[in-house]
Amino acid sequence: MSKRIVIDPVTRIEGHAKISIFMDDAGNVADAEFHVVEFRGFEKFCEGRPYSEMPGITQRICGICPVSHTLASAKAGDAIMAVNIPPAADKLRRLMNLGQMVQSHALSFFHLSAPDFLLGWDTPPARRNVFGIIAANQELARAGIRLRQFGQEIIEILGAKKIHPAWAVPGGVRSSLTEEGRAKIRAWLPEAFATTKVAFDLWKKTMKTHGREIQIFGNFQSLFMGLVAPDGTWEHHGGKLRFTDSSGSIIADQIDPANYQDYIGESVQNSSYLKSPYYLPLGFPEGIYRVGPLARLNVAEQMGVPKADAELKLFKKLGRGAVTSSFLYHYARLIEILASLEYIERYMDDPELSSDYLRADAGINSLRGVGASEAPRGTLFHDYTVDRDGLLQKVNLIVATGQNNLAMNQTVAQIARHYVHGNDIPEAMLNRVEHGIRCYDPCLSCSTHAVGQMPLHVQMIAPDGTVLDDKMRG
Amino acid sequence: MERLKIATVWLGGCAGCHMSFLDLDEFLIDLAGKVDLVYSPIADVKEYPEGVDVCLIEGAVCNDDNLEILHQVRARTKVLVSFGDCAVTGNVPAMRNQFGLGNADNVLQRAYIDNAQFNPVKPRQDGIVPLLRERVQPVHELVRVEYFLPGCPPPADCIKALMVQVLEGKTPKLEGRQLKFG
Ligand code: SF4
Repeated sequence: MSKRIVIDPVTRIEGHAKISIFMDDAGNVADAEFHVVEFRGFEKFCEGRPYSEMPGITQRICGICPVSHTLASAKAGDAIMAVNIPPAADKLRRLMNLGQMVQSHALSFFHLSAPDFLLGWDTPPARRNVFGIIAANQELARAGIRLRQFGQEIIEILGAKKIHPAWAVPGGVRSSLTEEGRAKIRAWLPEAFATTKVAFDLWKKTMKTHGREIQIFGNFQSLFMGLVAPDGTWEHHGGKLRFTDSSGSIIADQIDPANYQDYIGESVQNSSYLKSPYYLPLGFPEGIYRVGPLARLNVAEQMGVPKADAELKLFKKLGRGAVTSSFLYHYARLIEILASLEYIERYMDDPELSSDYLRADAGINSLRGVGASEAPRGTLFHDYTVDRDGLLQKVNLIVATGQNNLAMNQTVAQIARHYVHGNDIPEAMLNRVEHGIRCYDPCLSCSTHAVGQMPLHVQMIAPDGTVLDDKMRG
Repeated sequence: MERLKIATVWLGGCAGCHMSFLDLDEFLIDLAGKVDLVYSPIADVKEYPEGVDVCLIEGAVCNDDNLEILHQVRARTKVLVSFGDCAVTGNVPAMRNQFGLGNADNVLQRAYIDNAQFNPVKPRQDGIVPLLRERVQPVHELVRVEYFLPGCPPPADCIKALMVQVLEGKTPKLEGRQLKFG
């Protein structure tokens, strides 16, 4: 008789989700599903509003990566006005995006994922969190907290608020980098670099002891997608789309994000509010692709800054062609923190960031605008159709986490297959399954433009709905 | 004195209020010395425990799961703080209320039917995907709350001011700059 195990809720991810594990008659894992259970409806309720309000509204999709939404939205606005924004504005938007990359990746690494590989899978759940890290290693916790803070401060220095800054606007940005702000960022950089080094050391030890995790935490073939510069350099806010496969071959390149609909389809799963985008030419579900740090490093040929480039070389050696293990998302995240710091450092010597020419002005020159940007978790698309007054007629949002949905399902199944046998459900196994999800650092507030918390509830359910076994953890 | 048991809960919001809580930065380390975080999206405890002293609750009540956890939280918490504009007023998630009755269907239609190329369907599976409520509501419309901490999100300073007063055993009072919306 087949059974179903439900993990509810999945914790230490940025959102509200459940996992079902389906067992076959022999007591082995047949399949698994990741469900996202919140939904807020941004794509509909924004209709009728002026496009210029969108950078403010859509960042409320997600408090973890509000900068991504506000920037993608402002970019869609640029396209509706059909303007090139002043170079200073582009650089300032990039600086803010880099600040966000640092804060979000630091959060994922230190606050959310480190409790697993630092404290161990089998640590009691009550201690397996950032407060547990504070208790176990206060200096490390402090360093991690301050690295995240550094990223948040950059956002505040530019936008006057750490979360939901009203700063990016269609046509540019509202204010430049002050000398005071520049001095503060400069002074903080050495500490940020030092913390990153500590994180790399910690991670490299983790890789030595976690060979098994590297093997089975989402290690499979798929496509990868991300933005790259014309010469194939890592991009985070500009450039064009590139798809590669697991062998590392480029299968589509330099695609204007405005044409995303020729390459990306969206599929719905009855049991989740998270849609599953797929690579349209290959169809569903064969068109499974991954986005985010792992994907960006797979599609990029170089980072464009020396320290991160040295790490990228080591990283690329971990795969034949592409690096296919999702456990290595953590590694990729650290490399992106390092690259971001190097780019931030460069900007500190660029006088243009103090320019006061920050906004292009124009009316409605195009009835449709697409804005794309690399959010910490992957490529984000905002697609707006407006009327001649600039009021929104239609909105489509493709967020990073959704694009990893198929991969997350596959990851959960792969891990469960290794650990679940028969009727016994060990707690530490459940945490491993959840960690499989944490690798992607899913941002579920984003993904369902939607979020909560309930007991971990594991149920084995027969096809007719009878509960065969029932366990609670907490 | 016994260590205070604090909790944070996330309903229909964007996590921004939680991120603002994390913006307490190094004050978190002080807090860790004084309180136990017994339940939170950033911790692994899956069942909301009994006897929580203070709970910050983010987000509006958007679906059946939100409502269920809200009642559980209320029953097990001494001091409930409506945390951020979504909890206090409904804020952005409540924008769908403008469509009146049937708004839930309306928003689902756009996201899962109109904007889908494969298997367009409104997600619906009992026991897995919760039903959207007909009207998004702020927390105090459904249960009693002790304090309001507005802001989108409330700045970390305001959260700190509230926490410090609670830790000192005072009745928290926020005024002037500490009270802001948006
Ligand atoms: S109040 Fe603002 S920051 Fe808080 S959850 Fe709502 S939208 Fe996000």
